[in-house]
Amino acid sequence: MLLISCPWCGPRDETEYHYGGQAHVPYPETPADLTDEQWAEYVFYRDNPKGHFAERWMHSLGCRRWFNVLRDTVSYDVLAVYRLDEPRPELPQAGGNR
Amino acid sequence: MAEPTFDQGAGAGAGPAALRRSPLAHLEELIRAATVTGARGVTLTEWPFLTMVNLRVAPASEAAARIEKTLGAPLPRQCGHTSAAGPHTVCWLGPDEWLVLSQAESTAVTAELREALAEAPGSVVDVSANRTTLELSGPSARQVLEKGCPLDLHPRSFAPGRAVSTTVGPVAVLLWQVDDRPTYRLFPRSSFADYLARWLIDAMREYRGPEVP
Repeated sequence: MLLISCPWCGPRDETEYHYGGQAHVPYPETPADLTDEQWAEYVFYRDNPKGHFAERWMHSLGCRRWFNVLRDTVSYDVLAVYRLDEPRPELPQAGGNR
Repeated sequence: MAEPTFDQGAGAGAGPAALRRSPLAHLEELIRAATVTGARGVTLTEWPFLTMVNLRVAPASEAAARIEKTLGAPLPRQCGHTSAAGPHTVCWLGPDEWLVLSQAESTAVTAELREALAEAPGSVVDVSANRTTLELSGPSARQVLEKGCPLDLHPRSFAPGRAVSTTVGPVAVLLWQVDDRPTYRLFPRSSFADYLARWLIDAMREYRGPEVP
């Protein structure tokens, strides 16, 4: 069980959260100009890094807010937690993101 | 069995309030029978039809200040905090979301808060029917909750006046500690209330007998 610290509620069990996939995937600026292949890339294709990974979580059974978590996909360590309006924190050897 | 209708109620001189049924009305007997007395006592009670108003407003805005004035209590700014004034208790639900619990009549409270919000961005919604209230009280109450609540309920981290959204068993509840008897109030959504009440009754059963060493 992961122990994730919600930026508003503090440390809570993983069972109180919902997973929201990779973070920092921007919506295309000109969606009308995209080819099918580019759409597929945006909608379905995500990174699958071994190591640090920035992902979205929602505290669905608590304050119901979305936030970002930087997690190590090897050790499952939660390395950092930050709000959606905060930049991704710099960590040594951070990788696996767009 | 025929359900009562508004026509029949109005004929008998009763308003809609007289016709409403609590989500746990059918478990009344079972809940009363589950009471455990003595040194390991624990009691479960339902307080139906408590007024609840969901409030969303930017915490730093003028509208928030107007609402605080109307309630006579500050809006808590931190997870777990509550504030109380007169018939109202305000629980923190999120950084810009609160639940106002009140002994007063729901339409009056909603109208009052809506007037205070005025045209500012936000919302005031009467959600009294969304949840019901279960009160768990007695020396063993904390042990009963600890069987299924992931939070640390020990007095060093959870005290009277604290209220947090969490889970008890698999059910999402707002959990509020009222006093240090201890008495807890649980606010599950109405459709989960039946399951939660049965879960609690089952969890309370062992305190009937002597402690197993």
